[in-house]
Amino acid sequence: MVEIVVLVKRVPDTNARIVVDSGKVDLSMVKWVMSPYDEFAIEAALRHREATGGKVTALTLGSADCDKILKDAKAIGVDELVRVWDDSWAEMDSNSLQSVLSSVILGLGAQVVYCGKAAADTGAGSTCPGVAERLGWASISNITDISFENGIKVTCPFDGGSAKVAIPLPAVISCDKGAFKVRKPNVKGIMMAKRAQVEVRSETAPASTVSVVNQSAPPQKAEGKKYNSADSAGEVARLLRDEANVI
Amino acid sequence: MSETIVIAEINNGVVADVTAELVSAVIAFGGSPTIIVPCVNSSIADGAGFTGAGRVIACKGPMFASYDAAGWANALDAVTPAGSIFVAASPRSKDLAARIAARRNIPVVQDVVAIDGSNLTSPVYSGKAMQTVNASADVVVSVRANIFAAAVSVPADVSVIDQSGDVLTAVEELLARSSERLDVAEANIIISGGRGMSSPENFSHLERIADVLGAAVGASRAAVDTWDDIPHGMQVGQTGKTVNPNLYIAVGISGAIQHLAGMRSSKYIVAINKDADAPIFQYADYGIVATWEETLPILEKSLAAMM
Ligand SMILES: Cc1cc2nc3c(=O)[nH]c(=O)nc-3n(C[C@H](O)[C@H](O)[C@H](O)COP(=O)(O)OP(=O)(O)OC[C@H]3O[C@@H](n4cnc5c(N)ncnc54)[C@H](O)[C@@H]3O)c2cc1C
Ligand SMILES: Nc1ncnc2c1ncn2[C@@H]1O[C@H](COP(=O)(O)O)[C@@H](O)[C@H]1O
Repeated sequence: MVEIVVLVKRVPDTNARIVVDSGKVDLSMVKWVMSPYDEFAIEAALRHREATGGKVTALTLGSADCDKILKDAKAIGVDELVRVWDDSWAEMDSNSLQSVLSSVILGLGAQVVYCGKAAADTGAGSTCPGVAERLGWASISNITDISFENGIKVTCPFDGGSAKVAIPLPAVISCDKGAFKVRKPNVKGIMMAKRAQVEVRSETAPASTVSVVNQSAPPQKAEGKKYNSADSAGEVARLLRDEANVI
Repeated sequence: MSETIVIAEINNGVVADVTAELVSAVIAFGGSPTIIVPCVNSSIADGAGFTGAGRVIACKGPMFASYDAAGWANALDAVTPAGSIFVAASPRSKDLAARIAARRNIPVVQDVVAIDGSNLTSPVYSGKAMQTVNASADVVVSVRANIFAAAVSVPADVSVIDQSGDVLTAVEELLARSSERLDVAEANIIISGGRGMSSPENFSHLERIADVLGAAVGASRAAVDTWDDIPHGMQVGQTGKTVNPNLYIAVGISGAIQHLAGMRSSKYIVAINKDADAPIFQYADYGIVATWEETLPILEKSLAAMM
């Protein structure tokens, strides 16, 4: 039986306005959701289970507030919910975060891990290759489709186009939107999610050596030039050459 | 401080221009980098000498013919001295950065756009905020293109190290490129169309301008979702590609927050939209309030006359 883990992270809704106050992002008013690409990772994990049998465990690193997204994952079909947390973990760098995730993944006996292409807050895309390296596993990032006949084959960007790539297990696979359609929870799923238990684990985390100094609003662009007629396209072309120097 | 290292960006088998920018990034970090060139043929490393940088190491091996995360990280890690490592923030090199960082149990900071000593700034929350972090120990950093000035090229003093490496993934089949065009993620100039283009056939007007400029053609999600002929690979934005070109021309695109997330860091933005209140105009350096039907022919003619 294949042990499948899917990583999910709680992030501010991507529609939320991000307010910066005295050098810090103020997230007290935002709505929180599962990071959008993680929904595609769940879809890939569920397809894997359907193709080969097995069990899907959703794993998050975060405080008790994150139970909600684990239950959202349960409602669309994952089997087990695991959360790892220690109240002393305020701010973690990638090394600390991946070290904890890797230990839990090993502890769960996983053979394959699915995660999002990039978390909506960090935008980094570090977790898939980083966790795979720690585990000594194969990895492939930003897949847009997957099939399970004759081993696992994924579609992913390659040399400016795309390619079908065979990947051996164990592996970590990060998911882009591509052909993945996110399932809607059905009534039974929602009922199961309500009753579902989240298993909380603890781990030791190495100290972080990267720490946040300051957060700020993105630099305001100088007000642009605005024209009200199509004829100005000639003038804009000239400015792109003479003022902006970009052509 | 320990050593600093630049892993050269390789594109189509040659050292890409962004490598010279990485040298300037390391200088801002307070270092003078050793340059490592992953290659199949070590002669390409001759193009990797820069003022302000130190020695050049060509890391040569057959696995560099095509990308495999584990194979590349393994081979490059073996020839890279201890220290902080800088790569370009391309999808492939970000992947590599995370692998090498994990291998060394050091953190990685991605998509850096400003460096002041060991303070590194990158966008967070899809570019809705900027975050500066301090690295108190060795770190792997990916740096966005088109931000740091390019260091000056000088003749390189290259030493070659042969590496072998196992690859874990196997390419089974190359799928046709969605088009013969440049990918938006690789382009310095992008012209994108949105729902305002009314039909996929009308993207030919964008392609003609792209041909004049050597640009890539992109699209909004509304265009990709509405028309099968506009593939997902062209989508710019939060669920599409993040781009950072010198010039981004948005045509018939309203400027939704999710589209902005993928392109707002473009150096110059031109918007063509018939609605004067479209949000895209707040981000445009040059905005034209008119229909594309009227505007694009004039733009094409003017650009063609200049090139
Ligand atoms: C979770 C999530 C993720 C998303 N990810 C993305 C993403 O990655 N990328 C993305 O782009 N969107 C994304 N979206 C969708 C986004 O919210 C917008 O719906 C989308 O960007 C709108 O595309 P558009 O500007 O082409 O269309 P519209 O908003 O319909 O705008 C069309 C524009 O064309 C103009 N126009 C019409 N006719 C003409 C004409 N003849 N000449 C000139 N102008 C004309 C109109 O004035 C209008 O401003 C996402 C949404 C969600 C919820
Ligand atoms: N704290 C976390 N808990 C669980 N999964 C995470 C966490 N952080 C990142 N991930 C996973 O890794 C993916 C990429 O995150 P990142 O590397 O930060 O861009 C996310 O989409 C998640 O699937």
